[in-house]
Amino acid sequence: MEGINTVELAVFIAFFVVVTALGFGAARWRRAENLMHLDEWGLGGRSFGTWITWFLIGGDIYTAYTFVAVPALVFGAGAAGFFAVPYTVVVYPLIFLVVIRLWSVSHVRGFVTPADFVRSRFDSPTMALLVAITGIVATMPYIALQLVGIEAVLKTMGVTGELPIIVAFVILAVYTYSSGLRAPALIAFVKDILIYLTIIVAVIVIPTKLGGWDVVFGAAEEKFSLSGTGGLLLPGTGQVQYATLALGSALALFLYPHSITGVLAAKSRGTLQKNMSLLPIYSLALGFIALLGFMAIAAGTEPIGADNNTIVPALFQQMFPSWFAGVAFAAVGIGALVPAAIMSIAAANLFTRNIYKEYLKKDATPTQEAKVAKLASLVVKLGAVAAIIFIDPQFSIDLQLIGGVIILQTLPSVGIGLYTRWFHRGALVAGWVVGMVAGFLMLYSVQRVGPDGTVVKEHFAGSAFSLSKLGFDTTTTVYAGFLAVAANLLVVVLVTFVLRAMKVDDGVDGTADTDYTAEREDPSVRDLPDPLGETPTTAGEGSGRG
Amino acid sequence: MTDQPPTTSRRAADLAPRRSDKNPWNWLLLLPIVLPLLVPVFNRAEPELFGWPFFYWVQLAFVVVGVVTTSLVHRAHQRGKRG
Repeated sequence: MEGINTVELAVFIAFFVVVTALGFGAARWRRAENLMHLDEWGLGGRSFGTWITWFLIGGDIYTAYTFVAVPALVFGAGAAGFFAVPYTVVVYPLIFLVVIRLWSVSHVRGFVTPADFVRSRFDSPTMALLVAITGIVATMPYIALQLVGIEAVLKTMGVTGELPIIVAFVILAVYTYSSGLRAPALIAFVKDILIYLTIIVAVIVIPTKLGGWDVVFGAAEEKFSLSGTGGLLLPGTGQVQYATLALGSALALFLYPHSITGVLAAKSRGTLQKNMSLLPIYSLALGFIALLGFMAIAAGTEPIGADNNTIVPALFQQMFPSWFAGVAFAAVGIGALVPAAIMSIAAANLFTRNIYKEYLKKDATPTQEAKVAKLASLVVKLGAVAAIIFIDPQFSIDLQLIGGVIILQTLPSVGIGLYTRWFHRGALVAGWVVGMVAGFLMLYSVQRVGPDGTVVKEHFAGSAFSLSKLGFDTTTTVYAGFLAVAANLLVVVLVTFVLRAMKVDDGVDGTADTDYTAEREDPSVRDLPDPLGETPTTAGEGSGRG
Repeated sequence: MTDQPPTTSRRAADLAPRRSDKNPWNWLLLLPIVLPLLVPVFNRAEPELFGWPFFYWVQLAFVVVGVVTTSLVHRAHQRGKRG
C-alpha cells in the first residue's frame, strides 16, 4: 500500500460527482407543488412506483456496511456469516401481509412514522415516545456504520485521514436537506447498477482466475481446519443461533424506521406486494457477495491493517484492473450514501412528529414540521460523523448490535399491533422495558474467547447468548434479541390480562378495521373537512384523543 | 382534550369499504419462512453442485422459492381484487 492509487481514486471521484449532481437535481424530479410538507420531503409524496420502491428499499436494506461486513464475517468465521442469506429470504414472506396493512392505515390516517401509528392505535403517547426513541437510537449507529464502509474503501485506495469522509458526508447532508427522500431514491439507481455490475463481473472473473469454485471452497476449508475457528459448515451448537439470528433479524428489519419510510413512500399495496417478490433478487446478490470472503481466502488476500472490513476492497484491488476496482469502490461508497440519507430522514421524521410536534410545539404547521425535519436530518448526520471521528468505530459496531436487539422490542406495538388491539397500552410499556433490560444484559454478558482460552473482548462481543448462563446444561447459543422479544411478549400478555381484569382504561383506538385494507383510491382523513376545527392537517393525530 | 366522543373511528369506516386480506394462497408464504430455518437439515456438504457445498447452494435455492411463492400469492391477491 504505497501511497494513493490515482486511477481508482479518479474513477471513484468521478462517480461521486455524478451522484452529487443527481442528489441536488432530485429536488426537481417528480416535482411536487410544495416540498415544504413532510409527506413530500420525508416520504417523496407517497408516490413511488414498483421500480423506484425496489431501488429505494433495496438501497435501504442492502447497505455498504452489508457489502463490506458480511463477506468479512464469512472470511473470518465461514458458514456463520452466511446467515444474511436466510435472513433476507425469510423477511419478505414474513412481512408480505404485514407491511401492506401498515401502508393502508398510514395512507388513510396520514401517519408518517411507526410511532404515529402506535400513538393512534393504542391511544398512548408514552408508548409512541418509546417507539420513537428506540427508532432514533437504533438508527444512529447504523448511519455511523455506513461511514465505516466508506472508510474501508478509502483506506484501500491509500486515502487516509478523516477529511474525505467529512467532505462526503457534508455533501450528502446538504442535498438530503434540499431534496429529501427523492435524493436517495434517484441515487439508488446508480448505486444498484454499479453493485450488480461489480458482482456479476466478480462472480465470473474471480473464481475463474482462482481455478474454479471447488478451489475457492477447498481453500476456505483448509484455512478453517488449520486455524480451528469457524468452518465451512456450522458447528452443532451454532445451528440454533444461526436460525434464531436469521429469524430475529428478519423480524427486526421492517421495524427499523428507515425501512418503514421506504414502505410508506410506495404508491400502493400492489407496489409493495410486487416488491416483496422482487426484492429477494438482492438476496441472491448478497449470497454471492458473502462468498467473496471465501474468494479472498483462496486468493490469499490480506486485510489492510488487520481490519477485516477491508477484505473485499483489498480483493477487488488485487483481482481487477485499477479502473474497474475504482468502479467497484464507487459502488460501495455510493452504497453508503443511499441508506445514510434514508436513515437520517427516518430519524428526522420521528423526531419531528413524535417529539417536536407531540411535546414541544403541538400546533406546528406542515411547513414548520418540514423545516424541523430538515434541520434534524442535518444534526443526525453530523452526529454520525462525530461518532466515527471521536469515538472508536468498534463502539458503533457494538451499538448497532444493540440496535438490532432494541428495535425488536417494538414488535408487539408496531408489528403485532397491526393485527390486534388486544394488548393493553400499559402492558406494551411494561413489555418494552423488560425486553430492553433483558436484551441489554444478555448482550453485555457475551464475551469473545481467543483460541488460547483468554478473554479477548469482555462485553458486547456478538449476539450469541449461551443458554448455559440461564442454568441450562447445554453449549447451545441463541440470538439474544430473540430471547429478549420473547420475554417482552410474555410480559405484554401477562400484564394485559392483569390490567384488563382490573378494568384499567385502555384508551380509544384511533383507527378503524377497514383502514388496514384500504387501497390507494380510498380517501384519507385529510380529504375530509376537519371535524373539530383545529389546524387543517392534524386530523390524523387528532383521532383517538377522547 | 375535550370530552367529545371519538367520532373519527366511526367516520373511518365510511372512508374505506370493507375488504379482506385473507386468502387461502397466503399459506404458501409459510414455505419460504420455514425452509431456511431448518438449519440441521441442510447443514451438510453433500450433495455438491458446481463445487458448492449443499449448505451454500441450497440457501440460494431458497431465494428462488421465496420469489416464486410471493409472486404466486401476489397474483392470487390481484385476482381476488378483480373477482
